[in-house]
Amino acid sequence: MEDKLVIGGRELRSRLFIGTGKFSSNEIIPSIVKSAEAQVITVALRRIDFESKDENILNYIPDDCIIMPNTSGARNADEAIRIARLARAAGCGNWIKIEVVSDNRYLMPDNIETIRATEVLAKEGFVVLPYMSPDLMAAKRLKDAGAAAVMPLGAPIGTNRGLRTKELVKILINEIDLPIIVDAGLGKPSEAAEAMELGAGAVLVNTAIATAGDPVKMAKAFSLAVKAGRMAYFSGTGTVKEYAEASSPLTGFLLDK
Amino acid sequence: MEMVTELYIELQYINYEEVWHMSFYGKYMEYRGFDFDGFFNGVKDLDIQKALNKECIDEMDYLALLSPVAEKCLEQMAVKAQQLTFWNFGKVIFLFTPLYLSNYCTNKCVYCGFNVTNDIKRSKLTLAEVEQEAEAISRTGIRHILILTGESRKESPVSYIKECVYVLKKYFSSISIEVYPLEEQEYAELVKAGVDGFTMFQEVYNEELYPQLHMGGPKSNYCYRLDAPERACRAYMRTVNIGSLLGLDEWRRESFFTGLHADYLQGNYPDIEISVSFPRIRPSAGCFKPKYQVTDKNLVQAMLALRIFMPRVGITLSTRENAKLRDNLIGLGVTKMSAGSSTAVGGYSNKNKSEGQFDISDERSVEEIKQLIRSKGYQPVFKDWQQI
Ligand code: SF4
Repeated sequence: MEDKLVIGGRELRSRLFIGTGKFSSNEIIPSIVKSAEAQVITVALRRIDFESKDENILNYIPDDCIIMPNTSGARNADEAIRIARLARAAGCGNWIKIEVVSDNRYLMPDNIETIRATEVLAKEGFVVLPYMSPDLMAAKRLKDAGAAAVMPLGAPIGTNRGLRTKELVKILINEIDLPIIVDAGLGKPSEAAEAMELGAGAVLVNTAIATAGDPVKMAKAFSLAVKAGRMAYFSGTGTVKEYAEASSPLTGFLLDK
Repeated sequence: MEMVTELYIELQYINYEEVWHMSFYGKYMEYRGFDFDGFFNGVKDLDIQKALNKECIDEMDYLALLSPVAEKCLEQMAVKAQQLTFWNFGKVIFLFTPLYLSNYCTNKCVYCGFNVTNDIKRSKLTLAEVEQEAEAISRTGIRHILILTGESRKESPVSYIKECVYVLKKYFSSISIEVYPLEEQEYAELVKAGVDGFTMFQEVYNEELYPQLHMGGPKSNYCYRLDAPERACRAYMRTVNIGSLLGLDEWRRESFFTGLHADYLQGNYPDIEISVSFPRIRPSAGCFKPKYQVTDKNLVQAMLALRIFMPRVGITLSTRENAKLRDNLIGLGVTKMSAGSSTAVGGYSNKNKSEGQFDISDERSVEEIKQLIRSKGYQPVFKDWQQI
């Protein structure tokens, strides 16, 4: 059985999504994408300079990739909706990653506004992937609103802290019948593997690759980690005991005749 | 009984909390009478180490990082600041260009070349000239523009600024203003017209010193200026940039208040992107001699301390600084730089341009700045916003 991730009706071969906002140059993007074997690349619409040949980031993304514009900079649902429409009108396709951040101190997403934007954009035919704080009720509402996947944060953006929201993400994986894509916070390949072992559908990485000493190699490392994590998930990771077992069984007396 | 209640209400009204929620002035007042020198003298090496080991530092840690003692730990601070900047912004530097619309000014800032008492050629751009300048600037690849005027409601009224914005919108994806303080309603009007960024420097936070440096004109109103960034936040600007003009007063305190102001704005208006500039006084037509020295080392310390205090705040560096220093500051926390700057009205397309507001120190072209940023292993970003 082939293990394919399906989002918005498209079969994806790669479970490592790449963000582009933090690289030291656009020129490095093709080699990153190649070594990450990535297929979905997210780009902030605010950054796309359609008029410039050298500076237009889209010119650096390989043709066989899916461009997922994001609404970075949106502070409420209306701004996110406007940005999404602009992106589509500019020829960026109909995938949209919704980012609504009304808090610049921690860059925490605004789930309520995100749900509102998802509702509107899904109705307009977008394939909507909302970035969110991992909250079960919000995820349910996003699903009802027509999200194609949900993207809970592993830790606040740019902190490289790893999968701090693990318990909450686990709940989403168990309860939400959509791909769960862990976005933000993953600082090391091992943390990406951890998310995949839990059953995440994919992960999105930018900072950790962009700020590595050798970003191309780090992209490869993440790619391998994502594959390993996925494989482990399918192989059924053994139960890890979280508490000690009593030396003589506590319920042993039940067996006593 | 009634009287007591009334009195109570009155007392409540001047309650600190209340003032603090109304204006940064409340926060400023908390430090009135604070013994800065005493504090600085009491800072120990260990305090700096403790601050550097913390994930989030508080106001007192921030002040400690601004102390003379912390100078010994500049390298450690730099390492931390660089890491925080990488994580939060990546390896990118955002570029913008200032455009001077008018140098008519009714103020008497003693340190400024546009000062009303200076006998300089005054001019303002016609809309056709604005268009010419916009064309010239946008040809360099610049997409973010910062427009500046002196303070003259007669020569450069809000309606004029608005008309300029309509012209500039065709050429730029982001327009910021650095003009005299306005009412909240006026900021809102400009936002509606297409302005998304605001810059204003308090120049000097020291309330006693302020009137001596701003002896006439509307700018002599300290509080009206102090609250302008907050009015801009309320009018829902996207970015708000503040700063103090280093050299007017003792820089450690001034930087401290700038940082507190930024923190105050970020805390109260979390959906606005706050950034800070660190302008140092440059020579100008008025021949003002700054009273306080701010060395390169001091400037670096001020920037690093702020980055550690506010990991996500934008830090803007202007062409006031010389090329060599600017080159070296890339990577230490700076996120935004001006490029190809002229401080004269009509400076980009016009041959007989007027006098500049101050002399710029880094005269390199946008292309040169771009190459330089690249050579440092950073990406020069021309576009980071789009009118929506
Ligand atoms: S600093 Fe500004 S307000 Fe003061 S004199 Fe110069 S242009 Fe006028």
